[in-house]
Order: sequence, then C-alpha cells, then structure tokens
Amino acid sequence: MPGHVKKGYARPLDLKQGRVDMSHGGGGRAMVQLITDLFAKYLGNEYLAQGNDGTCLPAGAGRLVVSTDSHVVSPLFFPGGDIGCLSVHGTVNDVAVMGARPLYLTAGFILEEGFPLADLARICESMARAASDAGVKLVAGDTKVVEQGKGDGLFITTTGIGFLPEGLSLSGDQALPGDAVLVSGTLGDHGMAIMSKRENLSFDAPILSDTAALNGLTEAMLASVAAIRVMRDPTRGGLAATLNEIAHQSGVGIHLEESAIPVRPEVEAACELLGLDPLNIANEGKLIAICAAEDAQRLLATMRAHPLGAQAAVIGQVVADPNAFVQMRTQFGGRRMVDWLSGEQLPRIC
Amino acid sequence: MKYVTEFRDGGVAQGLARAIAAEVRPDRRYNFMEFCGGHTHAISRYGVPDLLPPNVRMIHGPGCPVCVLPIGRIDLAIRLALDNGVILCTYADTLRVPASDGLSLMRAKARGGDIRMVYAVTDALKIARDHPEREVVFFAIGFETTTPPTAVAIKLARDQGLGNFSVLCCHVLTPSAIMNILESPEVRDLGVVPLDGFIGPAHVSTVIGSRPYAFFAEEYRKPVVIAGFEPLDVMQAILMLVRQVNDGRAVVENEFTRAVTEQGNEKAQDLVSEVFELRRSFEWRGLGEVPYSALRIREGFAAFDAERRYGLAYKPVPDNKACDCGAILRGVKGPTDCKLFGTVCTPENPMGSCMVSSEGACAAHYTYGRYKDASVLEAGA
Repeated sequence: MPGHVKKGYARPLDLKQGRVDMSHGGGGRAMVQLITDLFAKYLGNEYLAQGNDGTCLPAGAGRLVVSTDSHVVSPLFFPGGDIGCLSVHGTVNDVAVMGARPLYLTAGFILEEGFPLADLARICESMARAASDAGVKLVAGDTKVVEQGKGDGLFITTTGIGFLPEGLSLSGDQALPGDAVLVSGTLGDHGMAIMSKRENLSFDAPILSDTAALNGLTEAMLASVAAIRVMRDPTRGGLAATLNEIAHQSGVGIHLEESAIPVRPEVEAACELLGLDPLNIANEGKLIAICAAEDAQRLLATMRAHPLGAQAAVIGQVVADPNAFVQMRTQFGGRRMVDWLSGEQLPRIC
Repeated sequence: MKYVTEFRDGGVAQGLARAIAAEVRPDRRYNFMEFCGGHTHAISRYGVPDLLPPNVRMIHGPGCPVCVLPIGRIDLAIRLALDNGVILCTYADTLRVPASDGLSLMRAKARGGDIRMVYAVTDALKIARDHPEREVVFFAIGFETTTPPTAVAIKLARDQGLGNFSVLCCHVLTPSAIMNILESPEVRDLGVVPLDGFIGPAHVSTVIGSRPYAFFAEEYRKPVVIAGFEPLDVMQAILMLVRQVNDGRAVVENEFTRAVTEQGNEKAQDLVSEVFELRRSFEWRGLGEVPYSALRIREGFAAFDAERRYGLAYKPVPDNKACDCGAILRGVKGPTDCKLFGTVCTPENPMGSCMVSSEGACAAHYTYGRYKDASVLEAGA
C-alpha cells in the first residue's frame, strides 16, 4: 500500500557558527532554507510572502519615484550603524529628497562564500528595524554567492519606490538667485565615523555615523509649504559635491558662510588630523534644501522642530554666476572656492 | 578645536590685516615667496590674499614634496610594482602624479600592481610583517619632516630582521632648493622674479632649526621669517617681512617659536645622519639636477635600500613640453600663465605635478582660487 514519503530531515541553519557556502546561492534547497529561515524571518511581509518571481504592489497616488543604490561600505559594522540600516537609509533618503513618500524597497545581496551567518542575521535585523522605522516594506529580494576572495563579505543593492504627490516638483535645476541654502545638521559625521574606525582614531566622544531615514523630516518640511525648490542628501563627496551639482544643474553660483556651517568639534579635529575637509565628507542622515529667501526662516524653524533637524542652519545663498562657482567666505575673513573633491579620498564609505 | 581655532580667528586676522596695510609703503611692491606647500595650501584655503594690500604678492615656492618628484622617480616605483611584483606603499598624493607611458601609480594599480596607500611608514612596516612571503617597498618622499620617520623605520626593520622591507628613498633637502632658486638666473641676474623675502618652512624647521636659513639672509640679503602653517601664522610672518623690508634688514626671524628652535631637533638630525648620506646630485621637477639636494641610504643599511636591492638605474624623463610646472615651481610663472591650466590640466587629469597635490600651486589655485580668474575676465570683457 502506498505510504507517505517521509519528509527529509533538514538541518536547521546554524545562525551561531554557520557560514555562507556556495550552495546558498545555488538555487536548491539550501538557498530556499537561507531565504525562509534567515531573510524571511527578519524581513518577511505579505508582499514577500507572495513567493513569485515578481511582486504585485498596490500603486500609491501621484507619480512614481525610483532610486537605486549599491552599498559596499567597509567595515560592515561601524560606530552608529551597519551596512544593513545604511542600505535602507541611503535609498529611502534618495526617494524622500525628491519630495516623494517612499513605500517599497527591493534588496539584492551579494554574499561571499564563508561569510558568517550570524553577521548576516544581525545585518538583516538591522535592515528590518530601519525599514520599519522608515515605514517602508521590503517587497523583493535576490541572493547571489561568490567564491571566497571574489567579494568582500557582503554587498547590498537596494532600490526604493515612492510616490510623489501631484503638483510637487523638486529638482536640482530649480535654484534661483536670491534663494537660501539650508542644511539639516552637522556635516561629515558618517565619513569620519568610518575613517576613525578604520584608522583606529579614538576621541573622548566617539564619532557616530549619522545614518538615518530622512522621510519624516522631508514630510514635515514639505508640509510647512515653504517654497522648497531643491532637496538633496549630501552623501559621497559631501556638501561640496552636492552644491556643485546643483549649481551646475541650475546654472547659478552659491555663496556660503563658513561660520554658519555646523560641524562637530570631534569631526573637525579628525579631519584636521587626516588632512581632510569636512565639506568633502559623506553624510548619510543630512539633507540640504534650497528655498525662496522669504521662506527660509519658516523652513528652518520646521527643520529644527524635528529631531533630525535640530541643528539645521541657513548656510548661504544662491547668486547669479554663469561659471556656477560655489564660493565661501572663510571664518578667517577671506574667500575661497568650494570645489568638487578630486580623486578618491575615502574609498568604500557607503 | 582647542589650540587650532585660535590660529584661525577672523578678528585677529582683521587686526593683522590692518597692521600690514598701515605698514606697507604705497610706492613699492612686496614680493614674498612661501617656500612650503603647507603655506600655499593655508593661503589658498583661508583666503589670505583677500586680507592683503594689492601691492603685497605671494609667490608659491617649490616646497611641495609631491610636486618636485621627477617623472623618472615615479617610473622607478611603478616598475617595482609591475615588474618586480613588490607591494609598493606610498602616501596618497603620490598615487596620482603622472609618469611615463600615460601611467601613474594609481593606473599601475589598476593594471594589477599591488600599490597601497599608507598614512605613515609604520603602516608599511606592518604590511611587511604581515606578508613575510612578499617584498614590501616604501616609496619615501618628502622634505626633512618625513625623513626622520623613514630613518626610524629602516632601523626598526634592521633590528627586527624584516628582510622583506626596503625603501625607495627620494627624500630631499629644503636649504638646497632655496639656494637653487636664489642662484637661478631669473632671480639673480634678470630680476624676472623679484623676491623680497621668504616665509620659511614650519614643520621642516622643527627638525633642522632656524640656523640653516641664516646664510640666505646674510649672503643674498633676503629676509626669512619661519612661520607655522596656520593662516594667522602666515599673516604675522608677512607683517614681519614687511617690517624687515621697510627697515632694510635681512635677518632670520622666527614666528613659529612654539615649535621651532635655533638648533632644531638634534635627536632627529642624528637619526637621519645615522641612516642617510647626501646624494651628489638629485633631479627635481622644475629645478633640474640640484647638487647635494637629496639623501640616500648609507652603505651600512644597503639591504634596506630598494635602489641597491633591485639594481635600479635612474633614467630622467622630460616633462610635457607645454607644461609650465618647472617655471611655476621656481616662481617665474603663476598657474594661470600656463596654457594647460584648467584646460587639459585639471585635478582630475593632471598633466604636471603642481596640479596633483593639494599643496601644489596649480591645484591650490584651481580648487580654491579660480573664481578670481573669472572676475578678471568679466571685468576685462
């Protein structure tokens, strides 16, 4: 008489001592187990549970905004965060500073053979927390495994999807002479947190990465109906790169006041030690906004009322300049340009 | 940031600016050369020229260690990495200096050379300890400031029996370069470069002291003021130079007394002379062959000398013909006098060495000062 086929025993994933091996990317049972016992455990939701090759999502109101970002930060765990929350924040922020409301994320994981499963679990847990705090859901994912020596532990690529209300348009080409330039807080924290970890620099107060999801702050700012023309998050290349991009896109110049730019003393000290300029250093939880001068104080007050904008400041203004130069009056009383960084000062910062 | 921001105080700077403006004579010009790249960088980054009267001009000198490295020296380092398969350790700025065959150390790295950026020579020692199966070469560049640490590293390598570590020594000497400038026909005979005085090096002088400059003051009648690298140091030094010029004095004065003594750091000097000896001649970019202007590793430490170890033969390579780095390093020309400046030569694609390091005259002007060229153009148009 035909009996039931016995269910084969599957050894549970060893989340304490286990490591990623090639079979975890092979498309077989081991891969399914990694997805169900690790990824789904932390990141699962009704969309991932559909279990199909693609995910069907309800559309939000307005236009679709999409942004994608790969994360190769080294070290994977750094003061103030890790690659997991960073991969959520980075992409959420790119969608948020467009003025859109981020709702969905996808994530691609490239794992190196031998990567500890315990670290992967920690990272997924951190992603889950970051996504839940930011109010976004991970709706699709992919895992690949490369041989030892062909990767560096773990790379994560995330794509964010959000919806932009009708009538709202923020773009880097909309800055106008006379506009005010605002920043949401201290500059250079993320880059110097990574550098101080890599270089074993220690300070009385350790430098923590500012990695954070900015969509709460951007929503508050947009609700203040100040005439915001541009928002952008100054990640790689720092404030200098971001302002130069905007100046070129809009065909305007920007004049900054060095004394108004917030920088933590420990970040300034670390920069001094390593010969770096805080204006070139990456941030992962800051934004810059350009708005009509008459709205600047109202926008500033709104930003300061939000925990992620408590140290916001007006740092300069947009001027007419066909050369699209970003200039700064130094605290010393002179004037200089704030140029793009040349070369690669801090590789693998995000 | 205690003990740093005090030297960048805008209020004090305004006071010094007023003092300088009050002391300069309207009927004459004051041309001062800051020898060091560190001063060049501070002057550009803090906008010091904006606080100076129009008849006080700063001329950038050759004291940028990366800028004065000739192509042939970079070529040697590249060959070590690509042909000899060594791990080549170097300071960051050196990576981008253009060399022969369209290469730089950074491009050689992309072609498979194991070239690593280090912050200090001790990092290179650690790499040698961690990779006993590999040969590790430290590409040692710089003036008297970076020489003592290299000497320490060589002695440590010997004491610890690190047989896989060696140094490609390109250390150069400040006084020989100043002498070369003062002896150049443009300064001495033609008066193309009117030089009324020098701002003397900060960190270099902590090692060699203020004494070596006395000769320039006496023999060439040029005032020298040794100054720290903070912008207020530079302003104070300019004021002291203006006063010397006005009084017709030419002596060595020390603005940087918080770090520089007359004798310098004798311990460091002893270390350097234990490990290094003078080279008969060394090629500088911009200055050409300068006699007794650089150091080589003594016979006793030959095992740690990459030149001896790998039988390297130096081959001079001429600079790009259109590149004015040579004239710029001698103060004969300014960055904007060069046809390549800001066109084909930019910090992203440097043709000459002055565009590479942030201490180089061209890179400093490109990064911090080129808005001034635009206003000149607009005013002229």
